[in-house]
Amino acid sequence: MDLNFTPEEEAFRQEVRDFFKENLPDDIRDAVRDGKELTKDIMERYHAILNKKGWLATIWPKEFGGPGWGPVERHIFEEEGARAHAPRIVPFGLSMLGPVLQKFGSKEQQDYYLPRILNGDDWWCQGYSEPGAGSDLASLKTRAVRDGDEWVINGQKTWTTLGQHADWIFCLCRTDPDVKQQEGISFILVDMSTPGVEVRPIKLIEGGHEVNEVFFTDVRVPYGNLVGEENKGWTIAKYLLTHERTGIAGVGFSMQELEEVKALAQRVMRNGKPLSQDPLFAARIAQAEIDLEAMKITNLRMLFTAQKQGAPGPETSILKIKGTVINQEFKDLRRRALGPNAAPFPGSLADTNLDVAPQGNANNAARYFNNRKTSIFGGSNEIQRNILTKTMLGL
Amino acid sequence: MNFDLTEDRQMLQDSLRRFLKDKYGIEHRNEVAYTAPFHDPAKWTELTELGALFALASEEAGGMGGTGFDISVVFEELGRALNPEPVLGALMASRLLAAAGADQEALLSGTKRYAVGLGELDAPYDLSQMTTTATDGKLSGRKSIVYGGQAADAFLIAAKSGDGLAIYEVAAADASVTGYALMDGAGAAEVVLENTPGTLILDNAEAAIADAVNAGIVGLCSEAVGAMDVLHAMTVDYLKQRKQFGRPIGTFQVLQHRAVDMLTEIEQSRSIVIKAAAELGGPDAARYASMAKNLIGRAGRLVAEEAIQMHGGIAMTWEYPGSHYGKRLIMIDAQLGDTDYHLSQVMAA
Ligand SMILES: Cc1cc2nc3c(=O)[nH]c(=O)nc-3n(C[C@H](O)[C@H](O)[C@H](O)COP(=O)(O)OP(=O)(O)OC[C@H]3O[C@@H](n4cnc5c(N)ncnc54)[C@H](O)[C@@H]3O)c2cc1C
Repeated sequence: MDLNFTPEEEAFRQEVRDFFKENLPDDIRDAVRDGKELTKDIMERYHAILNKKGWLATIWPKEFGGPGWGPVERHIFEEEGARAHAPRIVPFGLSMLGPVLQKFGSKEQQDYYLPRILNGDDWWCQGYSEPGAGSDLASLKTRAVRDGDEWVINGQKTWTTLGQHADWIFCLCRTDPDVKQQEGISFILVDMSTPGVEVRPIKLIEGGHEVNEVFFTDVRVPYGNLVGEENKGWTIAKYLLTHERTGIAGVGFSMQELEEVKALAQRVMRNGKPLSQDPLFAARIAQAEIDLEAMKITNLRMLFTAQKQGAPGPETSILKIKGTVINQEFKDLRRRALGPNAAPFPGSLADTNLDVAPQGNANNAARYFNNRKTSIFGGSNEIQRNILTKTMLGL
Repeated sequence: MNFDLTEDRQMLQDSLRRFLKDKYGIEHRNEVAYTAPFHDPAKWTELTELGALFALASEEAGGMGGTGFDISVVFEELGRALNPEPVLGALMASRLLAAAGADQEALLSGTKRYAVGLGELDAPYDLSQMTTTATDGKLSGRKSIVYGGQAADAFLIAAKSGDGLAIYEVAAADASVTGYALMDGAGAAEVVLENTPGTLILDNAEAAIADAVNAGIVGLCSEAVGAMDVLHAMTVDYLKQRKQFGRPIGTFQVLQHRAVDMLTEIEQSRSIVIKAAAELGGPDAARYASMAKNLIGRAGRLVAEEAIQMHGGIAMTWEYPGSHYGKRLIMIDAQLGDTDYHLSQVMAA
């Protein structure tokens, strides 16, 4: 066994680090570091910077314009991005739809949509969940009926992340109501500017707007917007959800959180001493650090397997569960480190020259509350446990 | 032994619960709690007309209660309704004024609103590290996250004076007060004092401050128990209603057991708060207040996080009342000493 990265991998890490140092604009870095809203403009500028370097579509193969990286390179890239306070790449076009089109799309669909994703011409969002279909996604009801060479879509999607910015939505629709649930679903692309599509904002617990409801009333789209075969959308849905799981542990982000909570604990005073010298708080940090250290290795072990076998297996559910819990613990620690000073509503003191938290930490409570989503979405941690129960335990 | 409420307290509980339910529903609450002045002055008057504040002070102090159990009844109802009115400041101020033998008619009748300034940026909980000073009736320093300070007419400020701590009354108009909204609704203020005139209320105020803090903790912990009760009930309801995979999610055993764990922690919380309320004013008040605050900090986090998780996406939304209960439960931990702070107090005692 050898826990070291190869010299080539280390050289690659240095290259990525230098790249971020030289190319990540200060205002984007500050917005990420300070937990501010990442505007559409910020995300588009960031994507364009990566695209110019050829590093935007980190999981696409070279033939479609990806960098041709393996799991280890992607891992290094994510770690260095987190360290540099780079935003997360918006996943909908790049890590969700892109791979789907590459595997199931027609040549025409690939030629049209993929370059547009890279160039930022289209902002995509994901239309999977519905009010009645969350964990039980296959029970979805949004209906698409064929009418000549068009689909007519009626129904409602919800939790559509960043749908307010989106030009296109990829939807799971019921196209045959008379067969087993999983067998009558199709994967259809919808231009959001089509008449009958309505987007309504949902305000989240901490006051931000990142998710939406999307309503479809007699929305007509070309039949050719179907991806893959009619009624075989479930296979695509599953492929999209499980095919690419590197980064799911968010190790790079948690490493960054660890550094920040340690720095914060040195600046914040308790009982006349820096909080870092408070044994109870220090113990909490130490415990989270131990969990993170183990997570790093668990993550690398799974990357190693993925690299050998070509694809990660169901054990990545372990990464999702543990990775989100550890990250949530760091968010909790940062909030606690500030104590009452984490309490002001974000922006509440913006017009004053008073600050109650060291730089970059004023939003710590908001970040903690927002981050509770990570153990709910993308298949909740309970659903991940159900997957593990079946696949790894055979129960 | 008798864990029943006395008739008087039962009546107080009923009238408060009815008032808050009828007149202070969650939509109204959310509107006023996040819009300046982050409470509802008209409803404050109605609340005080019910006698809620009189229940917080003893007869000698001009009130009609003032024991730990009276405080507990009032705050549990405030917690159930997620009420943002600045009652905590009134409670703590009342204890301080009582120790000083000062008149508190204006406070108890609700015509004068008080906030208490103890915590500072580098010393949110530990009073021995306080740096605000008083010399010749002038105060200098900064009190941070003064709960209810955005709506206060007067502040009771703890300051170093000579060798000890003293309490000064400072008119809101004389200090530099910056009010703001809190994450969990309601408001607070930064109070900056620069040679600001104050009236000495109490010298050698350590014991009185400790008593006010202990009373505040009984209030906050009772508030948390009320909020936990409601959030737990909402969660159980949701487990019964919400269907996935063709059946109520409450039929999944993993969720059942977790709902039961919440219940267990809530009962433990209720018990430790009863104990802290019983000891309030006595020689061991601080120890039991610390026990309560530590346990509530842990239970509140568990209840909030589990409720959100078991609701799924819906509890992540502003529109869903449960999310606001979750926020309040988490943020209560940061008031008057968090779980770790009070654990170390219990360890040291
Ligand atoms: C901030 C946010 C962003 C999102 N973004 C998107 C998006 O862009 N596009 C999109 O399509 N969706 C999105 N989602 C939806 C997300 O995928 C769902 O919220 C998630 O699948 C859970 O569904 P639900 O909220 O309906 O909860 P439910 O499925 O109702 O679950 C409620 C609770 O029951 C548990 N549960 C359910 N079934 C079982 C079971 N069999 N065994 C044990 N426990 C169970 C769950 O784990 C959860 O704790 C987003 C959600 C959030 C919160």
